[in-house]
Parts: sequence; structure tokens; C-alpha cells
Amino acid sequence: MLRFATRRMVWAIPTLLLVTFLVYIALRLGTDPLQSYLRANPRATKVKIEQYKAVNGLSSNYVLGYFDWLKNFLIFNWPRSIKGSREVWPELKDSLVNTVRLGSLATFVGVVIGLLVGMFAALKPGSRRDVAVNTVAFLGISIPPYITAVLFQLLFAVYWSRWFGSTLFPTSGVYPPGHSGFDLFLMLKHMALPTIVVAIQVIAVYSRYMRSSLLDVLNSDFMRTARSKGISERQILFRHGVRNALIPVVTIAALDIGSIIGGLIITENIFAYPGMGMYFLSAFAAGDFPLLMPWMVIVVASTLMFNLLADVSYAFLDPRIRLD
Amino acid sequence: MHFWTRGFVLTEFATISPKRMAMRRFLSHKAAVGSCVLLAIMVLAVILSPITARYGVNEQVRKPPNTYLPPQKLAWFGTDDIGRDLYSRLIYGIRVSLIIGLFSAMISTIVGCVVGAVAGFRGGRFDDIVMRVTDLFLAFPFLVALLVIRNTIGGIGWLTAIIGDKSSLRFIVFLLSFFGWMGVARIVRGQILALKEREFIEAARAVGATRRYIVRAHLLPNSIGPIMVALSFAVVGAITAESTLAFFGYGPQAGDGGTSLGILVGAAKGAVQSGYWWIAVFPCFSLVLISLAINFIGDALRDATDPRLDRGE
Repeated sequence: MLRFATRRMVWAIPTLLLVTFLVYIALRLGTDPLQSYLRANPRATKVKIEQYKAVNGLSSNYVLGYFDWLKNFLIFNWPRSIKGSREVWPELKDSLVNTVRLGSLATFVGVVIGLLVGMFAALKPGSRRDVAVNTVAFLGISIPPYITAVLFQLLFAVYWSRWFGSTLFPTSGVYPPGHSGFDLFLMLKHMALPTIVVAIQVIAVYSRYMRSSLLDVLNSDFMRTARSKGISERQILFRHGVRNALIPVVTIAALDIGSIIGGLIITENIFAYPGMGMYFLSAFAAGDFPLLMPWMVIVVASTLMFNLLADVSYAFLDPRIRLD
Repeated sequence: MHFWTRGFVLTEFATISPKRMAMRRFLSHKAAVGSCVLLAIMVLAVILSPITARYGVNEQVRKPPNTYLPPQKLAWFGTDDIGRDLYSRLIYGIRVSLIIGLFSAMISTIVGCVVGAVAGFRGGRFDDIVMRVTDLFLAFPFLVALLVIRNTIGGIGWLTAIIGDKSSLRFIVFLLSFFGWMGVARIVRGQILALKEREFIEAARAVGATRRYIVRAHLLPNSIGPIMVALSFAVVGAITAESTLAFFGYGPQAGDGGTSLGILVGAAKGAVQSGYWWIAVFPCFSLVLISLAINFIGDALRDATDPRLDRGE
């Protein structure tokens, strides 16, 4: 077990290096960092340009350049953003915190509701409620998040105040403009709509996973054995059914959590929520290489980490899985 | 329960061919049949756009003032910010989106089948590389990968001559196929891996069939169910991906005032805050309808072609 985990962890490092190398090439070809720098700073002196190239690893040799960049990245000598020469880390940290807050809230709410709904459907397969749950889940999967987001905005930003005289949920930002300090209630109010948009998808996906996973388990032989032992129906369901059905779901959840850090771009953009998505879109539009690379590293690293976690947790939860 | 439920067919009418059986199962899926009808109507409306569209793609419904008219007799779905009929533009938009969806899904299915079949049947290093590459793309959020690759291949000079400019339809089709084939390849590979150890393949090999023949005559036809399912989901994937790109302003500029579902939905973003509900509601609902219909069809295809799949009904 431990050996398996360590081996996977050791493998994750070259993978991360390879992926960041490819990202480095793709960004250099795709956004042309030097051109964007000159566009943002048309009157940059020669010295400044050379400095910019050196600290970003923008030499004409891609391999050497990558290692230059990597060295500076690792010793935390991060280049500043091309526009306004801002420090990257504070900005990145704020967006990361915002996204993790939104993402974990939405995932938690979504997974809990989704699992309950899935169980509810699986207990009576083929019944009317099963069909209803399936259809609604299907609808949830088929609606792209930006459509729910736009429709929510229409409903809450425009029509709610027209009908009821006051707004229920604000539709943009984390706090109203000009607000400073921490206010949990206000924050939650601002997060309500984006959370619902993300949670709808999560609920739809997880109710389907849970339904099929639980149905698989309920139809397996050991359930019959459990019944014939004479333990109560409730114990059968929870101790043998749900616990086994959760194994694949936990693995998928681990994968999903890993992808959430860069995966809320659409929702964040529509609700003007200052998270990783907004950060990426503005940096990408400006071709801001110093801002983009650390973002990519964090996103890829989190995906790889949670991938690993998914594999390990699967092996840990299900002893039938043979490692190696 | 109808008299042709599954078990009954198997025992009483055992002579029925698997194809007819799949067809029956598909037809008993009411939502899918409804979706087929709906899609057929949409395709007809798109083909007959000279008749069904009431105005040209850039035509204003009347002399100004004509902007943001709510739905009325003159313009069934209202007008947009420069007085164009939303209903007609929807038809033109659906046309572009369907073309993008179908073409890129077809290309990605063909490429995915070839790659998946070779990877699954050959195994070895080629298989490893293909799987690693698809893993690699999965490490990124879809939109990020799409945007970065879009810029990267859009910047390669000699490629532009073949696949067109970054804002052309051809480019979008290419870009979406570039991402689409991986999903199909994974499915086909899995299917081939499962099939190739079966007895009839061994028999074919024993009588001296070449590898290419086995793949073409046995393995791929036997995987037709999953391939069809993958194809239908690839269509939805491409249509939504195009809309997402267009929504963020990275989509195709379909010629002079041309439009696509994504462009129309993207226009909704600016209009909702001012309360022009029709600009948001009609494009959004058409997009949802299309993706829902194709999803239903794909789901029914999966049920119909996979006899082992018992949904407990």
C-alpha cells in the first residue's frame, strides 16, 4: 500500500515537469510573451526587455529557456506581471482562496444532495420517482452552466426586484463595490447564485453515479447472503449497500475536486467572481506570461495530486483491487 | 409493459436479428423517439431556411426604431440590439452550430476509431503513448486547453493555409475534432480490448485472417453500438464547446454578420442586465433543447445496443 503510494508520488514529479514543459512551449507559441510585453510597455528600455526575457526564461532555445524559468520559479524569484508590474503571488493566492471557497461549498452541497437523490432513486428502480429523478438529472447534465447562469441573472438581477421590490441575491462579485473587511453573511449571499449553478451540475452527475453504483451493489450476491443471514433491511442497506456503493463515487469525487480549481471559469466569469477563472481569462487575453505560468502549474499540480489521491483511495477502500 | 419486453423477445421470438432487437429497444424509448422528431423538425427548418426564416441574417425587421422589440407579430422572438429578427437569426445560428457539431463529431469519430482500434489491438508502445496523451489533456480544464491550443495552432503559419484563420468555421471544426477524438479513442480501445480475446476472433485468426481484416470485419462492426453512442455525445460536446468558445468571444466569426448558437447565447450576456429577456431565453432554450435531444438519443442508443445493460425496469 505504502509502496504503491510512494511509487505513484515519485512518478507524479516527472509528469508535472513534462506537462509544465509542454505548457511552456504552448504558451510561448500561442501568446508570444515578448510581443505582449512590448504591447503593454511600448517604451520599455533594452535593459528592461533583457531582464524580462531572462527572468521568464524566454531564450530562443526552448529547453534551456524552460530550465531558466523553472529555476526562477523554484527559488520563488517569480517575474512580475507585464502590465503594471504587479507581484503575481498575492493575486494568485486571493483567486485561489476565492475559487476553493466557491468550489468546495458547491461540491459539498452538490455531492451530499446528489448522493441522497441517487439513493432515493435506486431504492425503487423503475418506479415513477426513479424516472423523475433520471429525467431531471439528464436535464441538469444537458444544460451548460453558462445558460443556467444567464437565466439566473435574468431572474434575480432583473425580474426579482421588479416583482418583489428588492433583490434577493446579488449577481456579481464577492462583496458589493466599496466594501472592506470580512462579512460572512454578505459573502454567502454573493456566493449563493454561483454555488447553485455549479451545484446543479454536481447534483445531476452524482445522483446518476450513486444510482447506478448502488443498483450494482444491491444486485450483487453478497446482498442476498446478507439477507439470508437475517440482519435488518436497514443494516443491509447502509452497512452493505451504501458503503460499498460509495467506493467508486469517492474516487470520482477526488478527481472532480482536483479539477475544480481551474474548472469554474465559466461560472466565475458570468458572476464576475474574482477566482482562478477570472484570473486566467484576463491574463490570457493580455498574453501575460508571468501570470499564466504559475496558474498552470497550480492547476496541473492539483489535478495530478487528486488523481493520485483517487487511485490510492480506491485501492485503500476496496481491498479487492490488486496494486501493481 | 409491452409484449415485446426484452426477456420475452429472447425466449419466444428467438429468430429476431440483433439489429431489429436493438431497433425495437430504441423505439420503446419514448424520449429518444421524441428527440428524433424534434431534431428532424429542426434540421428541416434549417434546410428550408429560405422558406422558414422570415428575414435575412442581417436584415432589419423594419425602419428604425427597431432595436430590442419584444416578441410580436412582426418579429416572433423579438429583435436584437440592431433590429434584426431573432427568430430568423436562430435558424441561421442553428445551421452553423449543427454543421460544426456534425462535422467535428464525424472527424473525431473516424480518427478516434482508427487510433482506438490500433491502440487496443496492437497494444504495446503505441497504446501507451496514446493513453498518456489523452491523460495529459485531461489534466487541464477543457476551456483552458481549448484556448491555449487554439492560439498555439492558430499561430503556426503553414497550418493556417490548410485549416484556415482562427475565426473561420474550418478552424473551429478542426480544433474541436482535435479534442474530440480522444474520448472516442478511449471507448473504442476499451471495446476492442474486451473483444479481441473472444473466441470468434481467435477463430478468425486461426483460419488465417490478417490483422487488418479482423479489425475491419470483426472488431469494428462489433463495436458499432459504443461508437454510435460516442458519436452522438461527440456532437453534443462539439456544439456546447463551440457555444462556450463563442460565449467568451473566441468562437468563429461566421462570415458577414453570420451567426451561431454560441454567438446568440453570448449576446444574451449583455442583454439580461437590461431586462431584454427574449434575447436570453430563446437562444438558451434552443441550445438546451438540441443538447438534451441528442443526449437522449445517445442514451437510448446505449440502452438499445448493449443487451447486458439491465436498467432494472
